[in-house]
Amino acid sequence: MGREAALPARTASSDHKHGAVPPNADPPLRSLPVTELDRLFKALATDGFDVIGPTVRDGGIVVDRLAAPDVLPWGWTAHHEPGRFDLQRAGRTAFAVVHGADGWKRWLYPPRQRLWTAEINGDAAPTINGEPAPLAPMAFVGVRGCDLAAIAKFDRVMMGAVEPDPIYVTRRRGLFVVAVDCAQPASTCFCASFATGPSVIEGFDLRLTEIDDERGHRFLVAAAGDRARAIVDALDLKPADDVDADARATQGRRAEAAMGRGLSTEGLPERLRAARESKHFDAVAERCLACANCTMVCPTCFCTTVHDQTDLAGHRVERHRQWDSCFTLGFSYVHGGPVREGESARYRQWLLHKLQTWHDQFGGSGCVGCGRCITWCPAGIDIVAEAEALCAEGRT
Amino acid sequence: MKTIDQLAAEHGFFEGLPDAVTALVAGCGSNVAVPAGDYVLREGAPADRFFLIRHGSVALEFYRPGSGPQTFMTLGAGDVLGVSWLVEPYVWHHDGRAVEPLRAVAFDAQCLRAKCDAEPAIGYALMRRFVPALVDRMHAARLQALDVYGAPT
Amino acid sequence: MRPPLAPVPLRVRACRQETAEAVTLVLAAGEERTGFGQPGQFNMLAPLGIGEAAISLSGPPTSPDLEHTVRSVGAVSEALRRMRPGDWVGVRGPYGFGWPIDLARGQDVVLVAGGIGLAPLRPAIEMVLDERAAFGRVLLLYGARTPADRLFLADLERWRSRPDVDVAVSVDYAEPGWQGRVGFVTAMLPQLRVDPARTVAFACGPEVMMRAVATALQARGIRKSAIFLSMERNMKCGVGTCGHCQFGPYLVCRDGPVFAYDRLADLLPVREI
Repeated sequence: MGREAALPARTASSDHKHGAVPPNADPPLRSLPVTELDRLFKALATDGFDVIGPTVRDGGIVVDRLAAPDVLPWGWTAHHEPGRFDLQRAGRTAFAVVHGADGWKRWLYPPRQRLWTAEINGDAAPTINGEPAPLAPMAFVGVRGCDLAAIAKFDRVMMGAVEPDPIYVTRRRGLFVVAVDCAQPASTCFCASFATGPSVIEGFDLRLTEIDDERGHRFLVAAAGDRARAIVDALDLKPADDVDADARATQGRRAEAAMGRGLSTEGLPERLRAARESKHFDAVAERCLACANCTMVCPTCFCTTVHDQTDLAGHRVERHRQWDSCFTLGFSYVHGGPVREGESARYRQWLLHKLQTWHDQFGGSGCVGCGRCITWCPAGIDIVAEAEALCAEGRT
Repeated sequence: MKTIDQLAAEHGFFEGLPDAVTALVAGCGSNVAVPAGDYVLREGAPADRFFLIRHGSVALEFYRPGSGPQTFMTLGAGDVLGVSWLVEPYVWHHDGRAVEPLRAVAFDAQCLRAKCDAEPAIGYALMRRFVPALVDRMHAARLQALDVYGAPT
Repeated sequence: MRPPLAPVPLRVRACRQETAEAVTLVLAAGEERTGFGQPGQFNMLAPLGIGEAAISLSGPPTSPDLEHTVRSVGAVSEALRRMRPGDWVGVRGPYGFGWPIDLARGQDVVLVAGGIGLAPLRPAIEMVLDERAAFGRVLLLYGARTPADRLFLADLERWRSRPDVDVAVSVDYAEPGWQGRVGFVTAMLPQLRVDPARTVAFACGPEVMMRAVATALQARGIRKSAIFLSMERNMKCGVGTCGHCQFGPYLVCRDGPVFAYDRLADLLPVREI
């Protein structure tokens, strides 16, 4: 599929702010040779951060604690297509793989959390105790624009709630974000449609642009905020010049042009709302396994359920919260049975929540265009294709 | 003392009916009072009247041998009682018992049917009153049959 | 750091058996009572170790005790039903938006309850009666499955005895000898004598019943924006972060549970939404 056909006109010409970055519109750039990335890691560790980032494990990319930059996926790239992901050896850069199934969500909002423990004290009131404050503050290294936007959406849900979630808030407040401009979007990527990437716009402490050209293999570093500037100042880096800035802008334009997919977002919520009783959902349900993969890999899916556990004597009760998925039958259970019994209704709930009702619930889109749900769907169901099909149906 | 015209016009069932139509219909009406416990309708008996209930209430019943009378619907002030006068063979399909002392305007069916036949506009105006009441009751009966407050199965 | 979604233990002061399946738990809230909500709001009640369920307040906000009426339909509600005075229940809340009683001031008020749906309306009725002069006509229409399933018999009697409230109770099924009304609750609506232009209606019951009630009220000229329904969906958190209670564009716990009908009318007929 040709890019012009795939991308809607609005994003192809770009908001200028996004994707194609005008030189010098950002914080001043400095240049960090790749061989010195370790200095940044050490600076973060000195400031008390656990450094977390992508690394290769079991044939995939996971996000985990990184002891040093040498465990980054240097020299790896990945082939993404609906229902398929293959790591491949190519080049020598650290951040050529846009992302794997794993993401940052797991670190900010763990898949399984003990919320509290209650001691049952016979006739006296039970005592309810929270968990100790978690770990050291975290520094995420290698966050792409799509995932950065997803964190902002998560912020809105968890920190904007009537009772902000304290586990999320604590982890989020301590977070230091080292973002990375995306140079090689996957075939399943469509972040440009939501203007969340491929270049990083906002929401970072540090932004790295990995450039490997005739001037050498280096990172261009931009800092936002005093904390980040202090770290960069201490590294005493050489300022980047206009040639570097142009290299960054060119890379951003190329990345946007390489975007694998495009979704026309103009009036999308309204168009999907009109299609909410479409039979097309039944057709998707024929393929959907209701496996919940898409919700687990989605960086904005936030749903959870809770379970209580007791010890055998019944003296101690623990409440655990774990990620849940709207694809499970029990998710919508009200007394009598599930509201969304059919897979068609469950797929509809997920798709419309991402692209339509999120606007009502939290403002903005619930999708950031990262494409994980497409890559990691075992049936290869493509949210872009399904949304376009639903919209097309509404037009006839 | 109020005339049948006035009583009919005041009743919600005839609200908004043109005065001329009300007057014609009222010509077939008379006041009735039924003591509590007495039957207003009997299953199988000729459906020769209908009633606009002004005060009191009427339990509509089926009698089930071994179970006794089973009320399936209660009508009260503001309701219309009796529809079978519109439909051949003009017999009541259930019993109707005054639960509380009943005061109503009763309309003679033969008289009304004759007026409706002679002047279809009257028949149409009456149908415009009876059909919505029937639809409401049918919808309520469906929900009643669904047992919506019962334990889910 | 206060633990997330942590309940406050409250002691059960009394249990009132309402029907074979439903019980009203009276919780000793003391000075914390005012923190637990207004009519139409709900709390999350946790029999510790069993789980947690969203239960609407069924007692008036003026009472020092906290009342919730629970019908046993699952493990958690059954554990709540079995509670005895002296037991401890975890409580957190209140959550959501309740009945807009202020909006009903100066208007006729129609309350339509079905089954356990009378429980969330009970504190609304009491609040209206506490300030009876501030409202026009007040009508309560209550539909129950059978006479034995009626809740709050003493309250119904007390409300019925007042000359300034119209109370009508109807059951779907009755044994011979029942002198009250029989028929679905909507069958009482055609006789409704209110000024539709200045009437506010609150309805609570099974969704299929509320749909019928809202349609019938609208047919009687009451504006959609003046008809309020209390929605039920699966609620796990109460604060809009677990996602379970989504109802199209709404999170029922956060945006409801009480909604004006004009916000629901186009969603209610959509299946499995």
